[in-house]
Amino acid sequence: MSRTADIVSATEERLSAPLAVEEFEKGSSLWDDAWHRLKRNRLAMISLFLFIAIVLFCVVGPLLSPYDGEQQDLLKGAQGPSGEHWFGTDTLGRDLMVRTMEGGRISLLVGMVATFVALMIGVVYGATAGYLGGKVDAVMMRIVDTLYALPFTIFVILLMVAFGRSLWLIFVAIGAVEWLSMARIVRAGVIGLKKQEFVEAAVSLGYSHTRIILRHLIPNVLGPVIVIATLTVPAVMLLEAFLSFLGLGVQPPNASWGVLINEGQQNMEIFPWLLMFPAFFFALTLFSLNFLGDGLRDALDPKSAKD
Amino acid sequence: MLKFIAARFGQGLLVLLAIYALTFMLVALTPGSPFSTERAIRPEILAQIEAFYGYDKPPLERFWTSLTNALQGEFGPSAVYANRSVTDIILEAFPVSLTLGTISLLVALFIGIPAGILAAVKRNTWLDYLPMSASMVGICLPTFVLGPILVLVFGIIFQLLPVSGWFGPDYMVLPAATLGLFYAAYFARLTRGGMLEMLNQDFIRTARAKGVPESTIIWKHCLKGGLIPAITYLGPALAGIISGSFVVETIFQIPGLGQWFVKGALNRDDFLILGLTVLFAGLIVIMNLLVDIIQVALNPRLKYDR
Amino acid sequence: MPLLDVRNLSTSFHLRSGIVRAAQNISLTLEKGETLGIVGESGSGKSVTCYSILQLIPQPPGRIESGEVLFEGRDLLKLSESEMRSIRGKRISMIFQDPMTSLNPYLRISTQLIEAIRVHDNMDEDAALKKAITALEEVGIPDAASRVRSYPHEFSGGMRQRVMIAMALVNDPDLLIADEPTTALDVTVQAQVLDIIKERQRRLGTAVILVTHDLGVVAGTCDKVQVMYAGQVVESGTTDQVFYNPQHAYTRSLQKAIPSLQAKNEALYTIAGTPPDLSKPVLGCAFYPRCPFPKVKDQDGPAPELTELSGGHCVRDCGYCDRTKPIETVLAQDVVAEETP
Repeated sequence: MSRTADIVSATEERLSAPLAVEEFEKGSSLWDDAWHRLKRNRLAMISLFLFIAIVLFCVVGPLLSPYDGEQQDLLKGAQGPSGEHWFGTDTLGRDLMVRTMEGGRISLLVGMVATFVALMIGVVYGATAGYLGGKVDAVMMRIVDTLYALPFTIFVILLMVAFGRSLWLIFVAIGAVEWLSMARIVRAGVIGLKKQEFVEAAVSLGYSHTRIILRHLIPNVLGPVIVIATLTVPAVMLLEAFLSFLGLGVQPPNASWGVLINEGQQNMEIFPWLLMFPAFFFALTLFSLNFLGDGLRDALDPKSAKD
Repeated sequence: MLKFIAARFGQGLLVLLAIYALTFMLVALTPGSPFSTERAIRPEILAQIEAFYGYDKPPLERFWTSLTNALQGEFGPSAVYANRSVTDIILEAFPVSLTLGTISLLVALFIGIPAGILAAVKRNTWLDYLPMSASMVGICLPTFVLGPILVLVFGIIFQLLPVSGWFGPDYMVLPAATLGLFYAAYFARLTRGGMLEMLNQDFIRTARAKGVPESTIIWKHCLKGGLIPAITYLGPALAGIISGSFVVETIFQIPGLGQWFVKGALNRDDFLILGLTVLFAGLIVIMNLLVDIIQVALNPRLKYDR
Repeated sequence: MPLLDVRNLSTSFHLRSGIVRAAQNISLTLEKGETLGIVGESGSGKSVTCYSILQLIPQPPGRIESGEVLFEGRDLLKLSESEMRSIRGKRISMIFQDPMTSLNPYLRISTQLIEAIRVHDNMDEDAALKKAITALEEVGIPDAASRVRSYPHEFSGGMRQRVMIAMALVNDPDLLIADEPTTALDVTVQAQVLDIIKERQRRLGTAVILVTHDLGVVAGTCDKVQVMYAGQVVESGTTDQVFYNPQHAYTRSLQKAIPSLQAKNEALYTIAGTPPDLSKPVLGCAFYPRCPFPKVKDQDGPAPELTELSGGHCVRDCGYCDRTKPIETVLAQDVVAEETP
């Protein structure tokens, strides 16, 4: 379900080619340029503000609400939206607005942490493959290609079955299958860097590898990695919601948007709002992150932008 | 060409074997066995049950037995649904899932690819913006959101279509739309990107300079190369449709493999999980093999590069 | 009546960053069988001129603003798209700079050649294939009958350019436009490809527009020359006039920059600076900031007109510099300093 597949190969090709020296020496102006380009992209800016609003809504919202996500009031079960409960209540009389906010916290948390896990695995794997090169690289990348083609959703399910269904396991299990694109990008960046003649010159002048990596590799790869990470977050959230929907993800009393959507669809004939609110916020989040990712790609990586 | 197919086929078999081993390992690693429940069972009875299913033997021996059995098409008994074998379940439920999956994939291809071509050819007009905006919405509406919405609109509000069960063509419309539309959105974007890349190539200018009409340029000069990204995505799309079927079959109460897999995962039905995983993986491996062959057929340069 | 008579053709590109006037008021004439060289740096508008003649400019962002392209007296700019298609590849054909990307990698050579024939000629497949093989043999492709079945990637760069030439000439066009046909090729192959074009031209009586940045190629090949700079023609005339009696400062600098004409042991002459940004209006002479001759006045007057000196030799004489003096060596930093407003 990776939204990134089409972007990865183009970025990869561009990164692994040697760049002109001046492209490395741009330094901070690259980020200024990128920010200017992003600001001009109206859709991406709307998405950015939308995403920040959703995060604030989920993180700060529960503190301001008079209700508690677990506080049941069976007398007021399954009421439609009203002045008292803006989003209505669920079958157990819990305030749906707080439940949606708290579910969002978990969904966003999974999105961020699992993406971080994927980032770590991808960077280590990709950098190793690119740095060692040769046969090791060939084998490592063949493995990545093979994994790309595998039903990894099924593996996440198997992992959840085998090791229980804790939140921590969700982070690791999802992170463990979403690192492939990241690894390819980082590897391409390392290979591109290795081809630079001035890197050899820097080595012969006695600059340390750490310095080369800090000054040249990271700035070169950071842009694409940020883009892929932005696009990985919605992919991860999708996977988490998918698992939770099937009852294999987040377990009660915790709830994520996937859990809420599942509860909602079971009762939607009578209480459609139980489905509508969480589904709306979930779709809106995916929407804003995808557009933001696209905008970031155009901003940070103008050469890869097509039309 | 034959050598290439044989090599890829061999690789596919190896991948399948690896998946089988990995799945077996994951299932075997799980603490306890499918039969340890909250109900107190007398230890000697439990031991008897476990001996019946072969759980008293060392893991490696169990792996070997299960692999040789699997090669003969026998995936063992269902651990939860007594007196039904996994093979029986597969034989019963697979046709349902196969029908649903095939229709969904066709929906995805026959909506997505024409839409992508149209958008690329008419780029920066409303014929581009409209399908592309629709596809962006489609990508943000995963099966478990789209499914309930379709049920609500077409099944409950307008009552046009049945929303539960699997008894005839009208029962297939909503599930196939739920599964297929998400991937139609994907195929549309990939096809548009591929076609645009082709349209920007120098050789298109050559074709125009020859006096070739625009329609020939699109169908003859662009399509082969322009479809490659979409073709490459067929493998992941099948994998996605399989996992999507877990959701769709649950929402629409369809008696297919997806529902069995979810039940198996929730109930720790080891043999069922193992059998279904290998079946799904096998389907995906076959699809990837097909994709490799189609790619080589489409792109003459590949024959020599590999 | 000349075969081709282009009058005041202007093409621009409407980009988000502004309007780029890529070709301004271009006029040229070409008789049957004649060869015209168009010379200039990259970005001088020579390719844009050629694409405009065949209307191969991507529209948008490109737009042919004004002018006439009279081909045998008919204005091509007034033709419908389908009428234009019957001209392209049949009466006027074109070959491009990079043979590696100009052939479709997904289709066999035979398919592409047969297509070129059958688009214009209602011929059956077999006859077209025979004609294609003959065309390949005529441009010196060995074993053409079997190699015609190959894909482009199985050919070398020089061979691909031969295929392009064969494809362009397969319908015996009256005019061949060759847009830097040898730039992307090895030096040894360049001469062969030029010879093939010349030989085919002699045999078929085709008129040729040869676009190049190499003044040396023009001298050996063309009857007439147009020198372009910053989207304008700065000098035009017969090859002899332009080559042996260059008037414009830019033509003179170009000539001085031909490596084989320079004395040994002397540093290679290059024209300092870069061409002006065509999205901004140019005051006076466009070449002024890079002009190696001593300046006689400031660059603030009107743009110079193209005026005829003698017998068809035209020059956009600016009068901003003194060309009787020898070329000064202009240092790069001076150019930069003058370019900044």
